[in-house]
Amino acid sequence: MTDLTKLTIAESREALKKKEFSATELTEAYIKKMDEGRKFNAFVCETPEKAIEQAKSSQEKIAKGEGGDLEGIPLGIKDLFCTKGIATTACSNILKGFVPPYESTVTSKLLAAGANFLGKLNLDEFAMGGSNETSAFGPVVNPWSKDVPLVAGGSSGGSAAAVAAEMCAAATGTDTGGSIRQPSAYCGVTGIKPTYGRCSRYGIIAFASSLDQAGPIAKDVRDCAIMLKNMAGYDAKDATSVKVDVPDFEKFLGADIKGMRIGIPKEYRVDGLDEEVAAYWDKAAEMLKARGAEIVEISLPHTKYALATYYIIAPAEASSNLARYDGLRYGNRVDGVHLDDMYINSRTAGFGREVKRRIMIGTYVLSAGYYDAYYLKAQKVRRLIRDDYVKAFEKCDLILTPTAPTAAFPIGDKSMQENPITMWLNDIFTVSVSLAGLPGMNLPIGLNKNGLPLGMQLVGKAFDEESIFKAASALEKDINFKGVK
Amino acid sequence: MTGMIINGKTGDWEVICGLEIHCQIISKSKIFSGASTHYGSDPNENVSFVDAGMPGMLPTLNEYCVRQAVKTGLGLNAKINKYSEFARKNYFYADLPQGYQISQFKYPIVGEGFVEIDLEDGSSKKIGIERLHIEQDAGKSIHDISPTKSFIDLNRAGVGLMEIVTKPDFRSPEEAGAFLRKLRSIVRYLGTCDGNMDEGSMRCDVNVSVRKVGEDGYRTRNEMKNVNSVKFVMQAIDYEARRHVETYENGGMIEQETRLFDPIKGETRVMRKKEFAHDYRYFPEPDLLPLVLDDAFIQEVKDEMVELPDAKRRRFVAELGLTPYDASVLCEDRKTAEWFEKAARGHDAKKVANWMMGDFFAMLNEKKISLEESPITPENLGKLVELVTTNVINGKTAKDVFAIMAESGENPEKIVDEKGLKQVTDSGEIEKIIDAVIADNQDNVAAYRAGKVALMGWFVGQVMKASKGKANPGMVNQLLKAKLDGK
Repeated sequence: MTDLTKLTIAESREALKKKEFSATELTEAYIKKMDEGRKFNAFVCETPEKAIEQAKSSQEKIAKGEGGDLEGIPLGIKDLFCTKGIATTACSNILKGFVPPYESTVTSKLLAAGANFLGKLNLDEFAMGGSNETSAFGPVVNPWSKDVPLVAGGSSGGSAAAVAAEMCAAATGTDTGGSIRQPSAYCGVTGIKPTYGRCSRYGIIAFASSLDQAGPIAKDVRDCAIMLKNMAGYDAKDATSVKVDVPDFEKFLGADIKGMRIGIPKEYRVDGLDEEVAAYWDKAAEMLKARGAEIVEISLPHTKYALATYYIIAPAEASSNLARYDGLRYGNRVDGVHLDDMYINSRTAGFGREVKRRIMIGTYVLSAGYYDAYYLKAQKVRRLIRDDYVKAFEKCDLILTPTAPTAAFPIGDKSMQENPITMWLNDIFTVSVSLAGLPGMNLPIGLNKNGLPLGMQLVGKAFDEESIFKAASALEKDINFKGVK
Repeated sequence: MTGMIINGKTGDWEVICGLEIHCQIISKSKIFSGASTHYGSDPNENVSFVDAGMPGMLPTLNEYCVRQAVKTGLGLNAKINKYSEFARKNYFYADLPQGYQISQFKYPIVGEGFVEIDLEDGSSKKIGIERLHIEQDAGKSIHDISPTKSFIDLNRAGVGLMEIVTKPDFRSPEEAGAFLRKLRSIVRYLGTCDGNMDEGSMRCDVNVSVRKVGEDGYRTRNEMKNVNSVKFVMQAIDYEARRHVETYENGGMIEQETRLFDPIKGETRVMRKKEFAHDYRYFPEPDLLPLVLDDAFIQEVKDEMVELPDAKRRRFVAELGLTPYDASVLCEDRKTAEWFEKAARGHDAKKVANWMMGDFFAMLNEKKISLEESPITPENLGKLVELVTTNVINGKTAKDVFAIMAESGENPEKIVDEKGLKQVTDSGEIEKIIDAVIADNQDNVAAYRAGKVALMGWFVGQVMKASKGKANPGMVNQLLKAKLDGK
């Protein structure tokens, strides 16, 4: 039998229907890959027995010609999604041992569609980081690493690495400032952060509520479409989820993109932009042009403020969202003489450096006397950034940019460790999209001279994932990117 | 009525006071979760994952609580803000599971309004309302069960509150007391809060400062948290105002601080100095969208409004001829007012009011029962009054009939019929009794005719007695006088 883990969801689904193999066999194949891939440190909790059990029940449905869109498909779940009866930690010591008695809306939908869960995937602690190095479980190793271990990106590093190493058919991710798109770029896989409000945040451990959004990381554009359709939808339990229809994204694939206007933001030619990245950017534009798309230059004048804005708003919300982790009701408690000591001891032991840094920044920018200068100002700039996009989208239908300024870097990179700003700069192309709440997809574009994958980002109007899927499927065909092995 | 003036060594001082009142919203479920608000459940019985601040849980707004807040705002003659926002008030405490309270800060749901209070001297005063906002309650920490442990009950965590902030318009403890009673009456009329300060469903923070009479601006104020009865609020204002005056007159300064009122000692003491004041780091709640109300919604709530105590009181005076005092007593509680209206329908309202405030309330008190438990129905009290006004029975008989009604709940007409209590209005019959009394008491007749006219009362009594109380007293008077005077 061929290696079933090479198949996409779409291919597996067909084969399962034709009874070429069973859901159990498919799941077992992924479990074997999960065992072999432990060196990547992608999974922080494995649930193979549960997955097999689910696969068996899927197989019964498939045999009867029944089942959902993802019947029998083994998935990996970012450990930020609460999964009923399965430990959920956000890769933080403060949540070690926490087993949610409830299921997130997104994972509920995936289960309802027939998927089974192989386990929980590594991430930066509370999704705060761009290299997966802040995880309490240690960094994920990029499957593309050669002699030195490279980062998988973050925060959804485990998700991107697991998909790249074929340890799951697809994975869930979350994206606050680039956490789906950047690791997807580093690991050479496809990932989409949909429009803010497209997927319910209910049951996803919150980092920055006004930015957090769930999305899939998968082997190709079609699988992203299948996954997203089964993750998205209005949810009364999340007041910020939006009541819009969820289209069958698959039907947009392969559509003609003739006449589609592709915007190239001039401000994105930043200093320090990797030459190869720049070259691939031009190449992607050429490919789209060759298919009849029109390339237009656009301006996003407030781009240069995006990082600063993001690193005020996200920590501000995080400092408040993480206040509930006090050791009182669940998670890790370190006792103290007084209540305040218990809080201090629990939180000192429970949170890592980066999380503490962001709690401090967030607390500072919300403090009396600083609020107007930081938080309020950042909110105003956020509006300007959003307005930039509104104006830009008068001239174009879709925006094409690189996903990250460089390819994956080595784990433990000194300059990143010494200066967190260097690390934060990796988000430069993704954060403004998050601040504007827009959908963005990473598509692998090719390898650099060191054989490492690079990614392109396609950004659409709010709730216009349709255009992204159309252009992405066209580009994907032309690029013909080959996976890690 | 002018405010309270404290005559100090250095001159006269006036008291400045403002109140912040937390009213628990009457609603079946909590403001941001579906958990029950039932009072008296076992500890932690009514706690959802949202209330417990579990990871990944999100608040969703209970529309009914919004409706209740708008209704209350309308009851406070206040501006309803079509746009409002929720904000997080951040602080750590064991009974605040999320580590923040969802409240409203910059954009409250209700803006400025006023409440008219009635003072003992018959005057009234408008007290300004600064704002009303909605927020969630915290849980309860219980520290006195164990010497080493604290217990947390989250049943109350997430229950909807309305925080009503007044302008610093109070100039005496009495004004504050009158306001609280009026506010309680309004929210009870509206059914938006049950107003029980002793159960904590209405809680009051009191801000007090003083200034020299004639002085402009305000001096430093102190806040007293959670004063839990009208009486204590009044005591706290009085104590605090005097303390301020004494401090100033002794050359001291008042520092901004939060104080605690001790109801046993009747004094206040410092709870938190300004430098330890929390920085709540308010910011817009990102888990909830701004609250936008449309005209149709506000109109719907307006259509649901009941007549409020002030309007009712004015109507009772203007249309039913009640005295302002009687009207305000009857209107304080909505059920009492409605009971009264039922009883007065078609009858002499003033007389019904007298009966209600006299014998009827006395009966409830004596039996220690509530209005709802009264054996006398409003219709029957009305009928009793009617029997008197139409001269079917006299006032004295009416008291006896009332006593029977209070025991049996019987219809007064039936009682009068069955017991033959109808008063005698047949002049021939009354004359017969009078003649008999005169014949039996010739001595007194002579004394009367000799000028001892005060004996008239005695004669009336004799006639009434002989008629077993049934003779119409007016007719007895008239006929007796004619006979005695020999006309």
